[in-house]
Parts: sequence; C-alpha cells; structure tokens
Amino acid sequence: MSTAEMAHEADHHGPPKGWKRWVFSTNHKDIGTMYLIFALVMLFLGGAMAMVIRAELYMPGLQIVDPDTYNNLVTNHALIMVFGLVMPAAAGMANWMIPMMIGAPDMALPRLNNLSFWLLPAAGTMLVLSMLIGFIPGTGQQVNTGWTLYPPLSIQAGMGMDMLIFTIHLLGISSILASINIVTTILNMRAPGMTLMKMPLFVWAWLFTGLLLIVIMPVLAGGVTMLLFDRHFGTAFFDAAGGGDPVLFQHLFWFFGHPEVYVLLLPSIGVLGLIIPTFSRKPLFGYKPLVWFMGILFALGLVVWAHHQYTVGMSLGAVTYFMIGTILISIPVGLMIFNFIFTMWRGSLTFETPMLFAIAIILMFSFAGVTGVMLAVVPADLQYHDTYFVVAHFHYALVPGAVFGLYAGVFYWLPKWTGHMYDEKLGKIFFWWTTIAFNITFFPQHFSGLAGMPRRIVDYSIQFTEFNVVSSLGAFAFGLSHLLFLYIIIKTIRGGKEATNKPWEGAQVGTPGLEWDLSSPPPFHSFTTPPAIK
Amino acid sequence: MTTAQEQNYYIPEPSKWPVVAVLGLFTLVFGIVMWVNDMGAGPYIMAAGGVILAYLLFGWFGDVIDENQTGKYNEKVEHSFRQGMFWFITSEAFFFITFFGCLFYLRTIAVPWLGGEGHLGKSNMLWDGFQATWPLLQLPDDSAYVPAKEAMGPGGIPAINTLLLLSSGVTLTWAHWGLKKSNQKQLVWGLFATIALGLSFFVLQVYEYGHAYTEMDLTLKSGVYGSIFYMLTGFHGFHVTIGVVMLTVITVRSIKGQFTPRKHFAFEAVAWYWHFVDVVWLALFFLVYWL
Repeated sequence: MSTAEMAHEADHHGPPKGWKRWVFSTNHKDIGTMYLIFALVMLFLGGAMAMVIRAELYMPGLQIVDPDTYNNLVTNHALIMVFGLVMPAAAGMANWMIPMMIGAPDMALPRLNNLSFWLLPAAGTMLVLSMLIGFIPGTGQQVNTGWTLYPPLSIQAGMGMDMLIFTIHLLGISSILASINIVTTILNMRAPGMTLMKMPLFVWAWLFTGLLLIVIMPVLAGGVTMLLFDRHFGTAFFDAAGGGDPVLFQHLFWFFGHPEVYVLLLPSIGVLGLIIPTFSRKPLFGYKPLVWFMGILFALGLVVWAHHQYTVGMSLGAVTYFMIGTILISIPVGLMIFNFIFTMWRGSLTFETPMLFAIAIILMFSFAGVTGVMLAVVPADLQYHDTYFVVAHFHYALVPGAVFGLYAGVFYWLPKWTGHMYDEKLGKIFFWWTTIAFNITFFPQHFSGLAGMPRRIVDYSIQFTEFNVVSSLGAFAFGLSHLLFLYIIIKTIRGGKEATNKPWEGAQVGTPGLEWDLSSPPPFHSFTTPPAIK
Repeated sequence: MTTAQEQNYYIPEPSKWPVVAVLGLFTLVFGIVMWVNDMGAGPYIMAAGGVILAYLLFGWFGDVIDENQTGKYNEKVEHSFRQGMFWFITSEAFFFITFFGCLFYLRTIAVPWLGGEGHLGKSNMLWDGFQATWPLLQLPDDSAYVPAKEAMGPGGIPAINTLLLLSSGVTLTWAHWGLKKSNQKQLVWGLFATIALGLSFFVLQVYEYGHAYTEMDLTLKSGVYGSIFYMLTGFHGFHVTIGVVMLTVITVRSIKGQFTPRKHFAFEAVAWYWHFVDVVWLALFFLVYWL
C-alpha cells in the first residue's frame, strides 16, 4: 500500500458524522463515552428514587407512597444503582482506558463492544416498564421483592416481574459479552513488552472483574429462568409442595450476588491503585502483592455467598464454613488498605480532588470492613439481619468503595478525556459536600439498625424518628450535591484550562500505562501500530 | 500490502449489526413477556423478534466471513476470536453447572429435609409421613402437582443417544483430520455424518419426551424431578439444535472450499462447541438418568 493510500485509509477511519457515529460505533472511546453518559443518567434516576424513599421515611406513618410502591422503589433503586450506575460506569472507564493503557488499537472485538453497550438502554427501558406496568390495573402486583427477587413473593408478583426477569437476561448478556471482550483485550492486545506484571493496577482489577462476571452472570440467568418457569410453566423448583425449596433460589442468587459485590468494588480498587501513587509521587508500596490480593479476593469471593442467608436455617457445618470464609476475606482486603497507606507514607502528597476521594474511600471503606466482620459472625448477625445496620454497612461499602472510586476516576481522567482541566475549587467543594452529606445520611442508620429498625418497610416505630430525620436531611443534601457534580462535568467538557498530555505530575510513577503518551484528548484511533515499551 | 495488514489489527467500520441485535433481542423478550401473560399479540411479536435475529445472524456472520475471505484478519484477530469463543463456552459451562448444582441441592438437601432429615429436628411437620426418595415419585403435596408414574432410566433411548453423541464427536474429529490433510471428501462426509448423528439424537429426544409426557406422566408439572429433568435435558437439547445449525453452516462453507488446512477458526469454534455439548450430555447421562 502506498503512503497516499494509507493516508486515505486513515481519513476513512475518522469518526462518521451525526447519530451514526454513536449508534453504529466501533470505537472504544465513543462507546466508553456512551457508557459513562448512560451511567450518569441512571445515577440521577436511581438517586431520585432514593430521594422519594428518604422523603417517605422522614416521618413515621404513610406520607407519600403506598407500601407496594415503596417496595417497588426500593427494588428499582438497588437494581438501577448496581446495574445502571456502577457497572456501566466501570465498563465505560474500562473501554476508555484499557486499550490506551496497554497500547492496543481498540478493544479486541469492536462490534461486540457496541452490542454490549446498546443492550443497556434496552434493558433500562424494560426495567422502567417493569416498574410502571404495576400501576396499570389487571397486571397484578407491583415488583415488590427487593433486588434479591426471593420467591415465593417473586412468584406471586404480576407482569412486572416477568419484565424484570428479562431485564436481567438482557443485562446478563451485556455483561458477559463486555467481560469476554475486556478479558480478551487484556490477554491478547497488549503492546509488545507490556507484560502482565507491567500492567497498571486498573487493568488487573478489570481482568479479575471480567473473569468474575463470566462465571457468575450465567448463574443468575439460570436462577431467574427457573423463576420464570415456576411462575408460568408449572415447575416446582422453589415450591416445597412439589419437593423444591425457596432457599435454593437464595443460593443461586447469592452465588451471583456476593461476587457481584467484588465486581462493583474491584474497578474502584484499580482506580485507587493509580491515584494514590500519582498524588503521593511514589510507586505502589507492593504492586505484586496487590495483584495477588485481588486474585485471592476473586477466589474467596466465589465461595462465601451464603453469609447473606444465615437466618434461613442452614446446617451448622455450612454456617460455620461460610462464617470462616467470610472473615478470611478481611485479610486480603485489610492488606490492600495497608498497602495504599504505606504507599502514601513519606510520599510528597498533594490533595487534588481525586486524592481527597481516595483518602476518604480508605477511611470509610475500612469502616464498612469493620461492620462487615461484625455481620460475618453468625450469632451477631442473627441480631443484625434485615435491620438498618445492614443497610448502613453495604452503603458504606458500596458508596465509598464503588461509587466514590468512580468519582475519583472521573476527576482523574476528565482532563485526559476532554482535554480540559476541571475546576479544582468546585471539585473540592463537591468532595466535601458529598462526603459529609453521605456520612450524615448513613451513619445514623447504624444506630437505628442496632436498635432494631427493620429494613425494606415503608413505616417505622416512632422511637426511630430522630435518626431518620437526620438521615433524610443528609440524603437530600447528598442528592443535591450531585447537581454540582453534573455542573462540573459539563463545564469541563465545554472548556477550561487546557490539559497537557500528562496533567498530573506524578502520573508515571511505578507501573504506568501508555495513556499519558497520548495527547489530551487522545486521537480518535490511539495506537494504529503498537508502541514501544521502555 | 501484506506487511501493513500483518501489522495492523483490523478494526471494523461502523456497523449496524449490534443495534439490530439489540432490537431483535428486545422484541423477542417483549414478545415472551406478553406470551407468558396470555396476551394475544405475544407469539407474533416473538416471531418478529426471531426473524430480526435470523436476519442479524446472517448479516453479521456474513460480514465476518467476507472480511475473513478478503484477508483482512491477521494472526492477532484470530487469537481474539479464539479467546472470545473460549470464554463464551466457559460462561455456557457455568449456565449448565447452575442446573447441575440445583439437581445436587434438591436431591441431597431439599428433598431429604422434607422427609424429616436434618439437624434442626423434626422438619417434616408440614407433610407428615412424606418419604424422601429420588427420583421423587411421591410428592409432599399431590394436589398442586401430578407426580410421575415412573422415573426415566438410563437404558434404551438415553443409552442409544449417548452412543450417537459420542460417535458424532468421533466423526467430527475425523472430518477435522480430513481438513488438515486437505482431503475435501473426508471433511464433507465427516461433517454430514456428524449432522446426521446430531439430528438422530434430536429426533430420539423428541420421541422420548413424547413417551414421558403421554405414558409416564413425567412432565414439567410433576414436581422437582420433572422440573429439573426437563430443565437440564431441554437446555441441552436446545444447545444441540444450535450446534446442528452451526455444523450446517460450516458444512456449506467446507463445500465452498473456504477453509484451508492452516486457517479454519470457524470449524474449530464449532467443533469446540460440539464437544462441549457432548461433555454436558455425558454429565447428564450419569447424573440425571443413571444415578
């Protein structure tokens, strides 16, 4: 091919104009952008539901919504935040960053990549329909089971439950295909010299996340398929009268559900593994151990699921096994936390917004770890089970552990993505506002939970009022802070100080990726020929 | 020309197929939701979804085959396809492991507990006198479900089916040897034999289902034994069907001479899939029919 032909070819590969660029895309950056925008939309949808929930719980008694609608909101808030916000945002970052970090021209299977994304809006539509259809008379009960979809309640629910089952199938196909693509990209598309042990920690984190999803998503798909058959085709999987067992569904759900927690957490741990060295200007204290700890987390995470079901009546041997396994998980997680702290030790630290988030995550996520060990202990859990203590625990785990990690990633990479620096002052205001509001929201729930307030119930006994008022006020402030987040993002996209190729001084310490060698924003196709690794 | 292509990983042009796939899947599942809720239009919408998906598969795979035939894929693209197929089969394996896990749970935990076993003391208070057996021919409560008259044994059709599938694995490997030796005749006849064996399996399975439904009262509604039996064998049969379609596609491509002794990933992918379906059947034969 002559040079002129090649130049023509390169022109030909530029972005197509208009809607076709997005709908027919095979470009990892465009698909990553769509993932991130989808996640942002879902953040506000799921957040709005949380606002209604907290408004209802501001006072005892029934104020705004009836009990079924309340349970419907609780169900969909969880599903939207897990499947609509955290997973797509993490997948968006994977799409944007992994090919650039490892020096690949794009994702391994670009068309499949677009299919994984576009399944999400379809699944989101189905999810919203499943929520709304319950309001049409004659379609049966609303989806009121919580995101765990336990039978027999999920067998009694109306048509919305069928829609939810197929929403989960669509989401499952999307996640499996995205994971196959990401794992294949990481294993096959690295530039020569980018060995596995030179990969940025974020890439390692996504390798384990992808492998987890490939293993657990089919199990959830199988479980909800059995639910569909019990609902409509007369099977007896979850009905004791025919020899089945509702607890079987709980095992299937949590075989997916517990590793799912690590699916949500690992990408954020990967982001921390980049941010902390950057702003400490020091390589990670232990890169290899961190990779090992993530591997251990991957393996242990798959075999401890039943700690979500201590109260259901398992045998003593099973309960003991799951308790010991769960407590063991605190060892790799604790070592990761220490690893990050030792990375900061004697570094020359600066406190830009991503670093502030990173430090806050270490503090708050450790706190969730401590309540997690409390919950792992069977006799103690028999008291805490299904109280607000659990709600407080998993919000401390998932909001700082997953969501704040993604916020940190957004601030860290916005200059690379847009070519503009975000407004540092506004970023810091957002950080303090959202972190303080988060703690006001969820810290009191530890106390109301320990005092016995049950979760997933629209009303509560009057002695819990004060805690709930504080919690609701915090939640409104927490919700409001996200308007500032949105404003910062839009402002950065529209303009701002030009970002250099390497906007962060310490970005290339330790095991950096190749993304900093590219311009900000990077060209439409990053590496047409594999770059050389020093 | 060749050097540029060997270096450059092929990135496809923008493509409509992914969104067509989403449209097809969404239509299909929407139709299923309507169908299971007894809405008249359901089956038609399902059929529409199926038509879109068939169009999609022709179009998307057609594009991939064209790109492959015009030499756009280098070694690395092949590796991506290989690894992608490997992880896809892994996820499929976990789908089946789910149902085998359910079989294990129902058989060794759920049903014995209903019969009064277990450490938590007398747990058969709901249905006193219920005897736990497997296969479960006597249900705790016969009013909601009709138990099967007898269990499905391993002899007869299941044993023949095991032989059919195992020999189909052999004929497929024989065809592969033919392909590697550039022996077109061996390749095509091996594939025909594989398809014939797969179809015979399918026909016998349908016959067995008919027999089970009409004479043994073994149905989806005969308690967990029937439920798990049909879930496992049904999904396996569905995968055999897909496998036969895939085999047909590569047979047509073999006749057209699109595979070379060195480059024939599509053949290998289908072969992996077929052997996977084979292995699932062996597990089924031992765990569902025999033990």
